[in-house]
Amino acid sequence: MAERMNAAANNATASPATPGAKPGWTRKHLLSLEELSADEIRLILDQADAFKEVSTRSIKKVPALRGRVVVNAFFEDSTRTRTSFALAAQRLSADTIDFSEKTSSTSKGETLIDTARNIEAMGVDVMVVRHRAAGAAHYLARTVNCSVVNAGDGAHEHPTQGLLDVYTMRERFGRIEGLKVAIVGDIANSRVARSNLWALTKLGAEVILVGPPTLLSKSFEQLGAKVVHNLDSVIGEVDVVNMLRVQFERVKSSQFPSVREFTRLFGLTWDRFQRCKKDVFVMHPGPMNRGIEIQSDIADGPQSGILQQVTNGLAVRMAVLYLVTSPG
Amino acid sequence: MHTQYDADDVKRAIGALVDQVAVAFSPDRPLGIIGIRTRGEVLAQRLTKLLADRGFARIERGTLDITLYRDDLSEIGPKPLVRPTAVNFDLAGMPILLVDDVLFTGRSIRAALTALSDFGRPAVIRLLVLADRGGRELPIQADFVGVTLKDVPREHRVNVRLAETDKVDEIVVDPRTA
Repeated sequence: MAERMNAAANNATASPATPGAKPGWTRKHLLSLEELSADEIRLILDQADAFKEVSTRSIKKVPALRGRVVVNAFFEDSTRTRTSFALAAQRLSADTIDFSEKTSSTSKGETLIDTARNIEAMGVDVMVVRHRAAGAAHYLARTVNCSVVNAGDGAHEHPTQGLLDVYTMRERFGRIEGLKVAIVGDIANSRVARSNLWALTKLGAEVILVGPPTLLSKSFEQLGAKVVHNLDSVIGEVDVVNMLRVQFERVKSSQFPSVREFTRLFGLTWDRFQRCKKDVFVMHPGPMNRGIEIQSDIADGPQSGILQQVTNGLAVRMAVLYLVTSPG
Repeated sequence: MHTQYDADDVKRAIGALVDQVAVAFSPDRPLGIIGIRTRGEVLAQRLTKLLADRGFARIERGTLDITLYRDDLSEIGPKPLVRPTAVNFDLAGMPILLVDDVLFTGRSIRAALTALSDFGRPAVIRLLVLADRGGRELPIQADFVGVTLKDVPREHRVNVRLAETDKVDEIVVDPRTA
C-alpha cells in the first residue's frame, strides 16, 4: 500500500495528540458497554471528536462508507435514536434502509431471525437493532454475518446512549475520572442507566443510582454503584444529574407510586435544583416528560446538556458505524 | 541503500521551499496553507512562520486528516483511527498551498484534494512536499519539492522525522519492509 498512508496509520497511534499506545479497534459488533475495556470506550470517544468536525463543514459528508448499506431494524418505537443512526450513516455516505416493525412482516408472525436473515440477504453491512427483548442484539450477532449495533435491547443496554452521555460529560468537564454522577429515576427498567453505569465506572467516575426501592434494588451495588433511595441526600454533592424518563410503557403500577408522588420524591424540581452544585450538569436521554421527572425551565436552562447530548449522539454513532464496518 | 538527510539538510530544503513559495504567491493577498496530518501539519506550521517573517501577513492555516477519504479503507483492518480535521476558514476563491511530507503514489494527495473540495472551491491548489520519492500511481505531481529521492525501491520506507513530533529533523530511507 501507499507508503504515506501506512505512515499516516502508524502516526495515528504515535503522535503527541494521542498520548500512550492505544489498541486498535478489532470488534465487528457493538453489543454492550459491559464487554468493552476502558481503552475501547476512550477510543470511541476520541473518534467521535474527529467525526464531530464533519458536521460543522459546509458539505457535511465524508466518503468513508461509500457503497456500504446500513439498515435500521427497529422492533420498538424510536424517533431520536433511529434518525440519529440514519443521519450518521448518511454522513458517512452509506446507503440506509429503514425497517420498522409496525409496517413489516413481523406483525404477520415472522420471527426476529427470519426477518434479520431476509434483510441481510439484500446485502447489508451493518444492522442497527432495537428490540424489546434483552439480548436480542447478541442473539442476532451470533446468527447473521453482518455487523450488529445494539440500539437498545429491553432493559439491558443502550450502548450508544451510554457513550454519548459520557462523551457529553467529558466535553463539559474535560474528564470523567473523579466525577460524581447521579442517575435518577426508574433504574430497574432502564437500559440507559445500565450502559451509563458501565461506561462511567470503567472510566473512573463515581455513580450514584437514585430511585424508589421498587425500581432500584440493592443488587446494583454489585456493579460498582452506590444505591440511594433519597434524592435529597445526594443532590448537593453531584457534578452531573442524569434524569431518566419515567417509562410508562414499562413500569407496572405496583412498582410506581403516583406521578405526583414520584415528582415530589425523585423529580428535578426547581427547589432541588437550587440545592445542586453551582456548575451542576443536567442531562436527560429523552424523550422528556416535562414536569414529571424534570421541570421544564431546568431542561431548557443554561445548566442543561440535553440538546448537546443529541448533537453528540450523531458524532458518537458515526464513530461506531465507522469502527464496526469490517474491511472488504 | 541507506540515504540520510540530517537536520541541516532538512533546514536547507525547507529554506529553499520558502524561497520558491514566496515568489509564487503574493504576500499581500490571502493564502491558505493546509497540512496533511501528521508531518504535513508540522511542515505547514513551520512554513507559515517562515513566510510570516517574509511579510506574508494574511495566511490562514488548516489541517487535514485524510483517513475517511482513503481509497484503501475497505482493504485494511483494523480501522485506522481518524483524527480531527481543522479548516476553520472559507477557502472559496483562495489560493491554497497543500503540504505533505512525502510524495509517493499520489493516493494521499488524491484523497486530500477530494477532502478539500468538501470545504469549498479554492482559486488554485498548489502542492508542496518535503520529499518526492517517485513511484506515482496517479497523475499527480508536486509544484514545490524539497528533496528528490531517486530509485527508491517500492518496498522501502521513506521516513520524514521532524523535531516537533520526533525530536529530530531528518529524512531516512529505510530498507526495512513495513
